[in-house]
Amino acid sequence: MTQQGLKATGTPDIAAERAGGQTSVEAPAELELVGVSKEFHSRSGSVVALKDVNLTIRRREFVALVGRSGCGKTTMLRILAGLTHATRGNVLAGGRPLWRDGGRDPETVGRLGIVFQDAHLFPWYSVEENIALPLKLRGVGKAERLARAHELCALVGLSGFERSYPRELSGGMRQRAAIARALSYRPGVLLMDEPFGALDALTREKMNLELQSLALASESTVVLVTHSIREAVFLADRVVLLSPRPGRIRSITEVDFPRPRPLEVEAEPRFQEIVRTLRRQLDEET
Amino acid sequence: MPSREQLMKFLPWISTPVLIVVILAAWKLAVSLGVSRYTLPPPGEVWAALLELMRRPDVWTVHMRTTLVEAVAGFGIGLFSGVIVGAVLGRVVWLERAVRPMVVALQVIPKVALVPLFVIWFGFGMTSKVIIAAILAFFPIMLNVLLGVRSVDPGHRDVMTSLNAGRWQTFWALEFHSTLPYVFAGMEVGIVFAVIGAIVGEYLGGNEGLGFLVVDTLNALNAPELYAVIVLLAVLGYLLFFAVNVAKRLMIPWHESVSLKDIT
Repeated sequence: MTQQGLKATGTPDIAAERAGGQTSVEAPAELELVGVSKEFHSRSGSVVALKDVNLTIRRREFVALVGRSGCGKTTMLRILAGLTHATRGNVLAGGRPLWRDGGRDPETVGRLGIVFQDAHLFPWYSVEENIALPLKLRGVGKAERLARAHELCALVGLSGFERSYPRELSGGMRQRAAIARALSYRPGVLLMDEPFGALDALTREKMNLELQSLALASESTVVLVTHSIREAVFLADRVVLLSPRPGRIRSITEVDFPRPRPLEVEAEPRFQEIVRTLRRQLDEET
Repeated sequence: MPSREQLMKFLPWISTPVLIVVILAAWKLAVSLGVSRYTLPPPGEVWAALLELMRRPDVWTVHMRTTLVEAVAGFGIGLFSGVIVGAVLGRVVWLERAVRPMVVALQVIPKVALVPLFVIWFGFGMTSKVIIAAILAFFPIMLNVLLGVRSVDPGHRDVMTSLNAGRWQTFWALEFHSTLPYVFAGMEVGIVFAVIGAIVGEYLGGNEGLGFLVVDTLNALNAPELYAVIVLLAVLGYLLFFAVNVAKRLMIPWHESVSLKDIT
């Protein structure tokens, strides 16, 4: 990777190709969006949520999707996760299409771990049962899956709360349990939709540091949707800025501070310059 | 100093005896002010009648037992059919649309008005009362289950989809648990309705059950005993409701309607 801190251009397609080309020497493609468009139809007419989006995400890369609300970033993540069907185009995971013969390829989906905006824990299961649920669905034995759940509780700082019900936890703890659930089956790819959006600033900062070390320790590829440019620049190797109506890639910015990054990195002029440039691009839209 | 929560926990144990004393005092006062003994017998006479009633073996082995069996059997049938019909109507949207006008029509009919019909069809025995209790219990349970089946959180569904869960896995891990609180909400109403159904059935026919005893004592103009039977009915209804409530606490300890203090 180059030592240049900032690389952003105004023309989306060229930027996408260039950024993709530069990282291709390092790692194989993990996830690819190929000509993806998405239209939503309702009684009041149709909305183009995404228009001809091309993006290649490399193995172990941390990519942040930022943009104003309504720019299609959540839709993009849901399409990557196979929860929403693209109107046109396809998603490739490890070179294999995610959708085949009208259905989702289970093997490919099994490599994806998803963390939603809300924790979406099942209130009838204890923390350990929630974390172990994906393993239960995969037919892993009880002793083994609970051992894994306890291991993950320790990893995300929930030791001592294994038997608690979700309603007894704070918002930050629930979100950590949701991350542990997504990690339980070692998915390789983590797709996160504003996982810390509902948390207060201090907790959020702490969670960002934890997420960073988790991603590195588990060697995961991460796609993070966020509306915070600062958070995106702090965490990501590449920041993908989306612009709305129709949703498309406005720019792709490389952030080449080595990971893991300490909180102090935010004080560096280069960091602030990247944040400023991205904010300007976001403001130009209105 | 006990905390506020501890006080809240003990509050009913203090407030209930106080309220009973207040009611009894008001009752005595009304009697002493000259209300007719046939309208309102003094508490002492009712108490004596209650003790005497409870000493009669046939009250337990015949009347209490009959009403209990009718209410519980009716409730069981109402629960079983209510859960099945509610689940089917909840999932099969076109069927629910097709039968909705009929369901609404059946709901707004005061079902007690149908009791004489059932007596004609099924006789004066237990069957007609069980059926009445079942029908009264059926509607609240069926409607709650229908609502419950449709109220599965879409976010939870996304989780199951993202985990490649199969149809049955989704049912057992998600839909079943998510519908249970609705089933219990329906059951808490349904058990009360089942008791009402059994008693109203007994009013109109037969010679067994606490409802029959009510009519019997009324015909004998035995006011203290009438009050005593009503007390027994209240106890029966309370115990059945309590049983459902205990089942709920055991089955869905995680739900908001069950206090956290009860499970920890």
